[in-house]
Amino acid sequence: MTDRVLIEGSEAMARAAVAAGCRFFTGYPMTPFTELLEHMASLLPEVDGVCMNAESELEAVGMAWGAATTGHLAATGSTGQGLSLMQESLSEITNARLPLVVFNMARGQGDYFQATRGGGHGDYRHIVLAPMDIPEAVELTRLAFELASQWRTPVMVLGDYYLAHTYQAVSVPSIGGADPELPDWALNGSSGGSGAAKIISPLGGGVEGEEGFDLGAHYAACAAHIQEMSAGVDPLVDIGFCEDAELVVAAYGSVGKFVRYACLRLRDDGHRVGYVRPITLWPFPSEAVRDAIAGAAKVAVYEQNMGQMVEDVRLATLGAVPVEFIGGPSWDHSGFGIGPDINVPDISECILRAMQ
Amino acid sequence: MSSDHIFISTDLPPEEPASLVDDFTPSLITQANHHLCPGCGEPIAIRAAVEAVEELELAQRTITVFGIGCYTAFAHNLDVEVVQALHGRAPSVATGIKRMLPNGFVMTIQGDGDMVNEGLQEVLHAAARGENITCLLLNNGVFGETGGQMTTTTTLGQRTKTSIEGRDPHQHGHPILLSDLAATMDGAAYVARCAVNNAGNVARTKRYITKAYESQMAGAGFSLVEILTMCPTGWFVDTLEGPDYLQDTLAPVHNIGELKTP
Repeated sequence: MTDRVLIEGSEAMARAAVAAGCRFFTGYPMTPFTELLEHMASLLPEVDGVCMNAESELEAVGMAWGAATTGHLAATGSTGQGLSLMQESLSEITNARLPLVVFNMARGQGDYFQATRGGGHGDYRHIVLAPMDIPEAVELTRLAFELASQWRTPVMVLGDYYLAHTYQAVSVPSIGGADPELPDWALNGSSGGSGAAKIISPLGGGVEGEEGFDLGAHYAACAAHIQEMSAGVDPLVDIGFCEDAELVVAAYGSVGKFVRYACLRLRDDGHRVGYVRPITLWPFPSEAVRDAIAGAAKVAVYEQNMGQMVEDVRLATLGAVPVEFIGGPSWDHSGFGIGPDINVPDISECILRAMQ
Repeated sequence: MSSDHIFISTDLPPEEPASLVDDFTPSLITQANHHLCPGCGEPIAIRAAVEAVEELELAQRTITVFGIGCYTAFAHNLDVEVVQALHGRAPSVATGIKRMLPNGFVMTIQGDGDMVNEGLQEVLHAAARGENITCLLLNNGVFGETGGQMTTTTTLGQRTKTSIEGRDPHQHGHPILLSDLAATMDGAAYVARCAVNNAGNVARTKRYITKAYESQMAGAGFSLVEILTMCPTGWFVDTLEGPDYLQDTLAPVHNIGELKTP
């Protein structure tokens, strides 16, 4: 790790990615994701990695897919619109059981469903990590590559304009360590001619017309793998002041940091309010949320959208307490979700209204 | 069209034991039986592709990226490493592989629906980039797997299920001549078009594919071999008429020959 330096979120995440072993990155410029691509373009050559300015998001995710088959740690990313274009591939990459890290620098919080429901066709999920600020993003970027390798699955780091574009003094890991070891399943051509050449396919392996190629069996195995991830990935959650809270406020990401601060100030004024901030959005930390709200009379969910995570909170709490949505779409004119709605007085007011 | 039909009596056993397809299978095809239709040209093209891999001793450094079409069946039958891509997306997947394995031999196998319809920008961008990969286009002018609909390479007047009275330029537009387009790209090193409808063309196909592979191994840049293949099922013609139909319908528009050499 370096000493603390004042650094932009995009650069911090790029450095953390390269330090975690990322050797291939590709993307298509789009606000607020662009700077991550720029930093990767300047950092990856330092470790003999490859960064490509893809001609489209469709091609970016395809290139990342190809790089991932070689066993090198690969990553791509975009914002919601670009991620929409990538979904067909992300679905298939999940079924092909390939590790990939996807940096989603979202515009506001309208893409929670897109991020957490798989987003594309088919019956799949992938891991989603939502940091609230730059130090947490550095740590979760490392974790994202670790989980991607461990589970052979795409892992999304869900940030936003604030995370990508603000500066903060943080310790960032130094780059330039040894390349990670390549996994056994990686392709390099060498199994050709052996009678059992490797295949990486979202449709499974095996020989057509012979025992072993069975799409139904492959999809069943993919479903079992997703269940294993759902149970096996440690849920991460940030909880505060819930012991005596009458109202627990749930929020995620940068917005969650503002909500946390608003709760702190409200407690100073004597209001019994607590907060819960899910960090793994998939798997959703349902048990921790359920425990956190055990003594509360009510849960309020603050999101910068029409109400998406609120559904996961309701599923987690299973009707134990009323769950009220107190957020709303950003009314920021730029469309980037850097809304005037994200400020402590406004959020505090929403929380106080929910307490009445 | 030919009026010479071969009549096979099924009442009597054959005079000699029938040769099995495995007897003539290149070593890099692990399972020669396939479920493609009789008269299909794709197995011939894929055979030429893997024979050339073997002859150039590339088997242990080859990664083949498959698109989605009838030929996808062969993704599971080859003894070279395979990545199955999405419809249209093989060139970008191949790009990611080649950039991480610059000493590997990377090729794509795609049909006209895959490469020229769904994935036109992928192949053209790869060509413009001079990506050092080889793309093989199996062009039969129809969507074979879904049963004979019009693709962007369908020729004018060609009847398909979605151009029932024949492709009409006023309604359906004009065919895209992919190789001609790719040959205009500065990054393209080798571009050629051939066919598998007769022995001479099959030999030519093998020759062109070999040159494309050699061009990649020399680091010359992007290479493309377009192979016109028969699809009697998708063309709604008798199996035996496939080669002539190809000659009369596709070949006059998609001209056979080398379009660009290093």
